[in-house]
Amino acid sequence: MVQTYLEAGQTIAGFHLEARVHKGGMASLWRVTRPGDTAPMLLKAPFIGEGSDPAAIVSFEMEQAILPRLTGPHVPRFFAAGSFDTQPHLVMEEIPGTSLYPRLPDLPLPYEEVARIGHAIALALDDVHRQHVVHHDIKPSNIMFRPTGEAVLLDFGLAFHEQLPDLLQEEFRVPYGTAPYMAPERLNNVRNDPRSDFFSLGVLLYFFATGVRPFGEGERLSSMRQRLWRDPHPPRRLRPDLPPWLQEIILRCLEIDPAWRYGSAALLAFDLAHPAEVKLTARSERLRRDPLSAVIRRRFNPERTTPADAAPVTAQLDSAPLVLVAIDLSGSSPAIDAELQIAARRLMATLPGARLACLSVLKLARIAIDTTLDDEGRNKHVELLARLRHWSAPLASTAGGQISYHVIEAVDPAKAILDFAAANKVAHVLLGARQSSLRKSLLGSVSAEVAAHAGCSVTIVRPRDYGEEK
Amino acid sequence: MPTALFADIHANRQAFEACLADAARRGAESIVLMGDYVGYGGDPEWVTHKVIALVAAGARAIRGNHDTAVRDATIDLNAQAAAAMHWTRSQLDGASRDFLAALPLTLRSGDILYVHADASQPSVWNYISDAAEAGRSLRGTDAAIVISAHIHRPAVYSVSATGKMTSFRPTTGVPVQLTPGRRWQIVLGAVGQPRDGIAAASYALFDETLRTVEFCRVPYDIDAAAARITENRLPAWLAERLYKGV
Repeated sequence: MVQTYLEAGQTIAGFHLEARVHKGGMASLWRVTRPGDTAPMLLKAPFIGEGSDPAAIVSFEMEQAILPRLTGPHVPRFFAAGSFDTQPHLVMEEIPGTSLYPRLPDLPLPYEEVARIGHAIALALDDVHRQHVVHHDIKPSNIMFRPTGEAVLLDFGLAFHEQLPDLLQEEFRVPYGTAPYMAPERLNNVRNDPRSDFFSLGVLLYFFATGVRPFGEGERLSSMRQRLWRDPHPPRRLRPDLPPWLQEIILRCLEIDPAWRYGSAALLAFDLAHPAEVKLTARSERLRRDPLSAVIRRRFNPERTTPADAAPVTAQLDSAPLVLVAIDLSGSSPAIDAELQIAARRLMATLPGARLACLSVLKLARIAIDTTLDDEGRNKHVELLARLRHWSAPLASTAGGQISYHVIEAVDPAKAILDFAAANKVAHVLLGARQSSLRKSLLGSVSAEVAAHAGCSVTIVRPRDYGEEK
Repeated sequence: MPTALFADIHANRQAFEACLADAARRGAESIVLMGDYVGYGGDPEWVTHKVIALVAAGARAIRGNHDTAVRDATIDLNAQAAAAMHWTRSQLDGASRDFLAALPLTLRSGDILYVHADASQPSVWNYISDAAEAGRSLRGTDAAIVISAHIHRPAVYSVSATGKMTSFRPTTGVPVQLTPGRRWQIVLGAVGQPRDGIAAASYALFDETLRTVEFCRVPYDIDAAAARITENRLPAWLAERLYKGV
């Protein structure tokens, strides 16, 4: 029999209820303990029974199905679940600290902090999207941070898993979620597009940078539907000192058509982490909304009001990867530099949504305290950057301008490349093989080290040479 | 303790052997044979004898429309299926025909119902191609889980306590949890003649205790199966479609 009333001191499936920590509209949260278990745990119990919202049950079913399949630092760890024949419950890790919700009185926040928060959330979205899930309820109260800095996404009750039946798909005639943060395509019942989460994150960034919600707080469907054709006021109109790169990112997230938003959370995170590398378009300077003519055109365009089929979640991400070319521009191997350029051009030609990051490592001596100025007093860093730009110039046409340049000073080039790839969720690394076997034996091979330890695909490029010429 | 579910084998020996081997390798401990052992393919007698042997060893089996048509000429079949059925009848010995005719239309195991077509009228051979047709099937029974086949395209439907339907095209290799609190209509793909655009043979592993169903795909020797169709002068399209999964 289903229990409808819980109190401290009760035990559910071996979990002892210590204290209720939250009572929401659809469920209550209890701090629980289990003998022999030291991890801080929360038990979530939905309200069910006479007169309860059927949404609470379905959304709880979804969370019960999705949370156990998610892993990693960006979600609360799953411990146990109990089905509907007894007291339904879900036991998960308790994340210490508070969500972003208590920050609302502090808004607007400094732009650097907005970008830092956005970057952490984008990395979390990248991880969850790669696990086939669209969150669908990104908002301040659903975001916490680990002491180590990673954002943790809470509440998967509205989420979509592309490999599981979507129980929410037909359950409600009106889209379910948090109105101010809801992407326009959700109003047409599109549930399988990861870019809906970028829209919600865009709303959050807009709100945190300006103190104003871009679409107000309206909960009525008619006022929500306006976002299908009406764009928000550019944030720079509210805060003229808001940097163009931040407006570019926010307005790109808030594009009405998902196709105009970022192709993957990794690319969004990359922009938030590298403001100087954000490609600025007309969006970045805009101070007014779209003219009425454009709004009317959208309003009466049937494509806007009928849902389009989105590509599967993971297929979408795969088409918008961050590709890293690591190039040694010391001038020792022009043949490899040329070969690398050909390989990069071929790869980028097959991936129109990709972004190319060109990286060169300025190697520092292990012991001596290096000067960044060389013997002639030129700045090595600036010189290397110029050479990097020159090398990649022929790629600009295929990469559609989505190229960034990075010179990193490091003692260990392989480690620098691996760290950059991991921090930016790089999907594919291209680099040249060391040509001279003498140097390789003295220094060790950077390419072998990267290939052995990278968390993604690595292509090692070398010019064809079967020794015929020798 | 997963149960292997094989549906719409359609006299495709190569596909059936590949699926049986795959299910054994993956630890299947029992078998439910979901009907349509014959028709379309070139090895009806071999497949029927295999089914008889499996049932003798403990497998459960139900009857499909093609199995019924072996003895019942009133069963409606399209032109190519009818041509194949004419030849099939000539291939089956008396014991095989008796075996097929004696199979039940449904099997019940607790709150789980196995039926070849739909649960509302098992002998009418309705297809379940969308949520509305899945709803019709579920309304025809009090079973919580209905497992059927017939349309050769895998799908999972469910109906919530509030009567709302969901439909889902399952992902190969990802088990679907059949949660309590809602009712489920599972539609299996075909072992011997897939029609969802994928040529590999389709079967499923069902765990009655954990209440999960996992859809599996097994590549098999299509050349050999197609050769058996052409050798026996069956319509050429019945061989061609195996390569396309249509």
